[in-house]
Amino acid sequence: MIGRLRRAAIFASLAFILCAALIGVHTTQTEAGLVLGARPIPLFIMVVMAALAGFAIAPRRTQLARPASPRRWGALISRFLPALLLITGIALPFVGSRYAIDTGTIVLIYIMLAFGLNIVVGLAGLLDLGYVAFYAVGAYSYAILSTNFGLGFWTCLPISGLMAAGFGVLLGFPVLRLRGDYLAVVTLGFGEIIRIVLNNFTSLTNGPRGIADIPRPTLFGYSVSGNADGSLAHMLGLHATPIWRVIFLYYLIFALALATNAFTQRLRAMPIGRAFEALREDEIACRALGIDVTAVKLAAFAIGAMFAGFAGCFFAARAAFVSPESFVFMESATVLAIVVLGGLGSQIGTALAAIIMIGGGEFLRESLLDLSQSPSFTWAAAIAGDIGQYRMLIFGMAMVGMMVLRPRGLIAGRKAGIRLVGAEARQNG
Amino acid sequence: MADPILRVQNLAMRFGGLLAIDDVSFSAAAGDITAIIGPNGAGKTTAFNCLTGFYKPSGGEIILQSPNGGPHTLHTMPVHHIAGRAKIARTFQNIRLFAGMTVLENLLVAQHGAITKNGMLGLAALLNTRRHRAAECQAIEHARHWLQRIDLIGSADQPAGSLPYGAQRLLEIARAMCTRPTLLCLDEPAAGLNPRESAALAALLLDIKRQHCAILLIEHDMSVVMRISDHIVVLDHGRKIAQGRPADIRANPQVIAAYLGEEAA
Repeated sequence: MIGRLRRAAIFASLAFILCAALIGVHTTQTEAGLVLGARPIPLFIMVVMAALAGFAIAPRRTQLARPASPRRWGALISRFLPALLLITGIALPFVGSRYAIDTGTIVLIYIMLAFGLNIVVGLAGLLDLGYVAFYAVGAYSYAILSTNFGLGFWTCLPISGLMAAGFGVLLGFPVLRLRGDYLAVVTLGFGEIIRIVLNNFTSLTNGPRGIADIPRPTLFGYSVSGNADGSLAHMLGLHATPIWRVIFLYYLIFALALATNAFTQRLRAMPIGRAFEALREDEIACRALGIDVTAVKLAAFAIGAMFAGFAGCFFAARAAFVSPESFVFMESATVLAIVVLGGLGSQIGTALAAIIMIGGGEFLRESLLDLSQSPSFTWAAAIAGDIGQYRMLIFGMAMVGMMVLRPRGLIAGRKAGIRLVGAEARQNG
Repeated sequence: MADPILRVQNLAMRFGGLLAIDDVSFSAAAGDITAIIGPNGAGKTTAFNCLTGFYKPSGGEIILQSPNGGPHTLHTMPVHHIAGRAKIARTFQNIRLFAGMTVLENLLVAQHGAITKNGMLGLAALLNTRRHRAAECQAIEHARHWLQRIDLIGSADQPAGSLPYGAQRLLEIARAMCTRPTLLCLDEPAAGLNPRESAALAALLLDIKRQHCAILLIEHDMSVVMRISDHIVVLDHGRKIAQGRPADIRANPQVIAAYLGEEAA
């Protein structure tokens, strides 16, 4: 108890020192010039919050060995959560508003990106801070090929993936000898290079103005929006509403994300997936066992990049517009944060983290707006309007909190890709 | 000594101004256990690293005469070819298991090359073709065989890092054997084992020697070395000071001097 109180006091005084100048004072423009005013209440709130956080975090005893059996509710979650998420995902367009479906689509793009990055970071253990570069390559592949050569979405989807994979190999070569921090710095640079090239290669990418009027995806050659000749609605003799396209795009990315998930799950039981994990665990032992570490690393970069390419192609088709602004470092950081928060290597944890981090902010704003409908909570509307500004703050606090409470991610713990018992059964069956 | 499987000729390894190995020649016979001994810093592990390709020797030749596939010039081959083609397997002084992966997975990673040999760049595995499943089953059978040999079959699905130290040592040997080597290089396999575990290790190594392949062994535990070695090479300060049968080595004054101090020399 005394330890907790002392910790709370330390936290509070640290928060006071940090926040006194940043939050505690503000300037106002008067006729006499700038006047310094005090802002005691927000400062007080910050200090109290810090104190509470200090009080809540119990000092942990060092554990020599972690208990082998996972917590029971953890097992329960990993059992039922996938089904729950799947059903929610399928049902969303039937029950949600257009806004909800749009948010769902964005969340699914991030889920797909995170699945792809999870192969590189979670499985192969190669820290990649420039992942958004491959997303950009995919998006620009579709944008350029469709607007210049009239290629359709379904032709460009595999091409985008291959282009991104090619760039993955391109990145892979110079970083073959690097690990950890060094690798992270080089990949960070690579991400910036791609963005700067997109910004300045005006003849190809149209520079900062971006590429507009990118054709939308079609369904078996039929346009999904509108009622013109050749549209799906015309063919079926129905009247299309604008929501059709939104729902179609939603299910499209849903299917892509599911495919990515299926691929990753399969990968874990494949020799190359095992080689990825072995590479993460011990590169030298890998080499001593005859594994061509170069090929394995390049494969990891290529496969991870490929899924970013697919997601990028979808992104370009959905927005009908790409510009370098969409591919800043912040996106790489967000995807990496999702992967780390979800638990390295855990698919369901990754999905959950993406939903919370991307969907959570939107959900908060929506519920605040709803709340402000009732007369006694009109103040909530102001917060809802400002929530964009607090997004990064909430993001950061969530990350710090998570790393303190569950340092190995939301769903920690690795499931083996193959089990002897299972293998036996498969062999007999 | 008939039938040398490994010939090391005038091997030299220089790190800047330090000559870690100076003109060392020896050979290892097929079906023998050859031990390399010597005081700390004598260059034993450096020799191993040259042999397995982790270091490129500054001079000399290392040639493996494998029973099927002719001579391999190891000093020019990259590490993964030495393991994959020349079929030399090794363990490390400080255990290098894939600690987060299960025991079974450790043994399957060792058979990566065998499983993916006809894999069409992983496509067969992705589509889970019959041929891939057969290769995988065979690999699992091989792994099971070695797990039974080292008595770890019950822990097959546990993370390798959670095993007790002695079991990890054995698992690393089993993992090396899963690559189906023609020469097994062990870097201090008995380090940290208690006498009973050392005895079990010695029995396992004799078994491997009889049934599978030649062994090259670095070891400090003289009770193990003297009991199981057919041939001993003694290094000191990067030079070979003696070689011969265990009984000869035990009586060699130069060896005694190297171990106990220079006064006797």
